[in-house]
Amino acid sequence: MTEEKVGAILVVGGGVAGVQAALDIADSGFKAYLIDQSPSIGGVMAKLDKTFPTNDCSMCILAPKLVEAGRHPNINLITNAEITGLNGELGNFEVKIRKRSRYINEEKCNGCGSCAQKCPVEAIDTYNKGLSDRSAIYIEYPQAVPLKYIIDREKCIGCGICQEICKPGAVEYEQEDTEATLKVGSIILAPGFESFDARLKTEYGYGRFQNVVTSIEFERILNASGPYGGLILRPSDGEIPKKIAFIQCVGSRDAQLGNNYCSAACCMYSIKEAIIANEHVPIELERTIFYMDIRAYGKEFDAYYSRAREEYGVRFVRSRVANVEEDPLTNDLFVHYVEDGEPKTEEFDMVVLSVGMRPPKNVEKLAEVLGIKLNQYKFCQTDTFSPIETSKPGIFVCGAFAAPKDIPESVVQASAAAAKATATIASERGKLITIKEYPPERDVSLEEPRIGVFICHCGINIGGIVNVPEVVEHAKKLPNVVYAEDNLYTCSQDTQVRIREKIKEFNLNRVVVAACTPRTHEPLFRETLSEAGLNSYLFEMANIRDQCSWVHMHEPEKATEKAKDLVRSVVAKTRLLETLKKPVTSVIPVGLVIGGGLSGMTAALELTRQDFEVHLVEREKELGGHLRHIYYLPGSENPHEMLKSIIKDIHENEKISVHLNTEIVNVEGYVGNFRTTIRSDGNEKQIEHGIIVVATGATEYKPTEYLYGTDARVLTQHELEENLAKDRFSAKTVVMIQCVGARTKERPNCSRICCGHAIKNALKIKEVSPETEVYVLYKDIRTYGFKEDYYREAANEGVLFIRYDDEHKPKVTQENGKLMVLAWEPILKTWFPIEMGTLALSVAVVPNHDSERLARMLKVPLTKDGFFLEAHVKLRPLDFATDGIFLCGLAHWPKLIEESISQACGAAARAATILSKKTLEVEGIVSYVDEDLCVGCGLCISLCPYGAIEKDERGIARVKEVLCKGCGTCGASCPKRAITMRQFTDEQIIAQGLAVLRGAVCG
Amino acid sequence: MSEKEEFEPKIIGFLCNWCAYAGADLAGVSRMQYPPNIRIVRVMCSGRVDPSFILEALKDGADGVLVAGCHLPSDCHYISGNFKALRRIKLLKKVLEQFGIEPERVRLEWISASEGDKFATVVKDMVDQIKKIGPNPLKGGIEA
Ligand code: FES
Repeated sequence: MTEEKVGAILVVGGGVAGVQAALDIADSGFKAYLIDQSPSIGGVMAKLDKTFPTNDCSMCILAPKLVEAGRHPNINLITNAEITGLNGELGNFEVKIRKRSRYINEEKCNGCGSCAQKCPVEAIDTYNKGLSDRSAIYIEYPQAVPLKYIIDREKCIGCGICQEICKPGAVEYEQEDTEATLKVGSIILAPGFESFDARLKTEYGYGRFQNVVTSIEFERILNASGPYGGLILRPSDGEIPKKIAFIQCVGSRDAQLGNNYCSAACCMYSIKEAIIANEHVPIELERTIFYMDIRAYGKEFDAYYSRAREEYGVRFVRSRVANVEEDPLTNDLFVHYVEDGEPKTEEFDMVVLSVGMRPPKNVEKLAEVLGIKLNQYKFCQTDTFSPIETSKPGIFVCGAFAAPKDIPESVVQASAAAAKATATIASERGKLITIKEYPPERDVSLEEPRIGVFICHCGINIGGIVNVPEVVEHAKKLPNVVYAEDNLYTCSQDTQVRIREKIKEFNLNRVVVAACTPRTHEPLFRETLSEAGLNSYLFEMANIRDQCSWVHMHEPEKATEKAKDLVRSVVAKTRLLETLKKPVTSVIPVGLVIGGGLSGMTAALELTRQDFEVHLVEREKELGGHLRHIYYLPGSENPHEMLKSIIKDIHENEKISVHLNTEIVNVEGYVGNFRTTIRSDGNEKQIEHGIIVVATGATEYKPTEYLYGTDARVLTQHELEENLAKDRFSAKTVVMIQCVGARTKERPNCSRICCGHAIKNALKIKEVSPETEVYVLYKDIRTYGFKEDYYREAANEGVLFIRYDDEHKPKVTQENGKLMVLAWEPILKTWFPIEMGTLALSVAVVPNHDSERLARMLKVPLTKDGFFLEAHVKLRPLDFATDGIFLCGLAHWPKLIEESISQACGAAARAATILSKKTLEVEGIVSYVDEDLCVGCGLCISLCPYGAIEKDERGIARVKEVLCKGCGTCGASCPKRAITMRQFTDEQIIAQGLAVLRGAVCG
Repeated sequence: MSEKEEFEPKIIGFLCNWCAYAGADLAGVSRMQYPPNIRIVRVMCSGRVDPSFILEALKDGADGVLVAGCHLPSDCHYISGNFKALRRIKLLKKVLEQFGIEPERVRLEWISASEGDKFATVVKDMVDQIKKIGPNPLKGGIEA
């Protein structure tokens, strides 16, 4: 039992959730192993074209995270591998893994891709979902991480061409699988999901009719690097379709298939695909979505849904499609469905099936090896109050494997899992991580620039087109260049050694590499400079591959001229480069959590489990927030007991200072060093802390409609819940009206939790008073994920669900003491009256009235609805754009208990990446103000998106370097040219631009 | 420009690191061929592009200048640099017109990291267009 714990964590699955978990772990002082079955990480998100509701390009936002994970010194990527065994327990696991052979030496492969160009085999491209071909030696997608090729031995004909062509000699046909054992303290499961196999839904003809595709295939079709270069074409004849149908819930909400749950993301991705599709054809597309309920329950999703209808002309038909038939001559498709009780048939050119999420492949084997329980659908078993824990201590879960979910929720859970997994081994922080030591930096400030230029052939990728030796000769003649050479691969390990030698030999103080793109390779060369004792910013790259040899393949002479130009212009900039320091700031290892509800308390406890101290500030006189008004859950858990035990934990925890009846008066400082003034009973006090978690919650909308407040029988769902819990319930008929104050003109969005709340109460009524009739009047029932089971249960228990729309809102009246509702029956197309004993209103969740004040103090933004707005709705759901401030709970958006807990844990994990460091080093590419030139006009202050510029006592602008992100907008706008954007100074940019032109004029 | 050989415009491209530069890289990875007339200068954000950079380039004889960044409204890595670029370039074009320089020589485009094809098309297009307009009048002026 005295055995030491291990300060490393295994993350299983390299999709967006796994990558986020690994990054959070590695950034807070632990070692992470990230294992994936595929040859590269990225998961499903890497296959998507755009993401909802912002239509961000998926790869653009994901790739930086993948690259970061690939390069992180404390993340060990193990791709093309699987888990074969597990021993030990929490704190001390031994995991056996098998790494399948790639037939490529990963150390040697530099990803140049010459092999794939020459490979004579055509194999099916699974990344493009079989819609196009690839070679037998391949990478999954162009931005693959790790950028290492793999041979598909089933397709490989063994011709030996790749082995011959591979200059680094990376091809090893004889390579065998290897086994290894990893020692870790805890494990995170993020194996993601499988798409439902649409073939099983035979009536839709997938697999038989060529023009019926799945949503994931459609996603690839939309993508510019997809099978048709981003044009939508029919697989049968390559024609542009004019009419596309999207069919929802394929493999979801389908009891016959045994998949009763809702896959949670399909409504939104279909809306997105329908919106985007129009941009991918030169004509106006007719797009129709066939759906049962549109589940646009997430942050601002309903607004997106409305835009789809109103602005983008997407047609929505509420109907479950019966079947699809094909005209064998034209391959056109006939969609049969029933609308408003009438059978209809409509012709389409293409049908997209919105396939649901299934548990990952081989999940039973994984569960058996690890000894964890699965739920009835073979997703991971979890509980409401422990949504991240599996049934085995020390093993945690996140992402779609816990329940179907979209990207931001996966990212949230990933951070939450990182919090849980690191908390179990908090004592081991910092023990297994590598901190690299560099030689002291040489002071070059007084030296003349002495530039070394290294020009890459990239095998034949550059050298096959551009005359590299000629470029070297050109470089040698450029001012301040004292050395130039060419390399087969400038990025290879041996060239790094060579660059360091040349720096010594020629006393170089600046380096230029002309090769591929700085976006992937700059960090590597910067590292080489640091290792040679040069400041890493004394480096620039000329991109003579991606932006020269590869795009001018048929004009070698012109390409060579362009390469010379590019080298000349980068050298011109490099002459002006200066040493940059990375600003360092100290960190106060204390957190401030604002809000003492479930989210705030959870975040505070999680932070203490990571060994940090916390101030927990609550405006009311007791902790607990909304949870105090939740008396039961649809399952068997008891929320009051849970609340009591959480509050007890808080009060007993020595690391938490609880401030009740307290409000925030002022916040000063920046990440690592905040100073906040709080006030309680008129007394003000200052606390110092390194981070802030905003967990201020939200409130219930107070209805003015439906006689609420005038007739005592009209209640909110919370009031009904209280009555039910306290035996004060007796009605014979209960009517519930959904979306009261939500999905309206003023408040266009859905409050997410009300459908579940209504169904929970309906089930309770049926439990305590089975005779009572319950009607639910709804717009869409949005019981996403496994909550769908409760919807079905309620329907089975006899709860009547009746849909209404904005034209047919229920009408509530009170006559002679009778409480009546007139409800519209959409199938019979008639109004009918119901007399009721209780009317329960499912009211909206609205932001706190003082959110705005807090937002202003923290300098963080709010959404149009007034909820707090995170840094990025997809990939940074827990962070604010302002460093060091995090967000969780209802303050972000309405959410369920388990979601609030996940978010709170996640916020703690994000906070731990800062609090775990003694000092923070930030990027050196920041701007600075020349005090003599600044006139204090304040333009830069108003333009800076990060609030990184302030006025000092003299009224002169000053850059807070730790907040500056280096965009350079300030530099571009300063009327006095008093601001310099380091590494991209006016002089440097102009020199780089003009060097090209001058060359053109003289040469 | 010498003799009668076909006029080959020189174009300077200021591309933001996060979208447009990445889009240009993708054009490369996808081997999309486009005319070799453009020379790219990487900046972190389109919002970094000071109109004076463009004026300098034109003064020094660039036949065209491309500024490319992330799509509006929300793709900019720095929240809103693209909007700032939009405003500045609009103004600049007005100024250029007053100086008798064809505003078409300066172009602002939004190119995402997955739009390699768009980058290639924009360059092709721009080269064609500038060939039609002819060389930058300032270039002759300086040389003469
Ligand atoms: S980062 Fe691309 S425009 Fe701002």
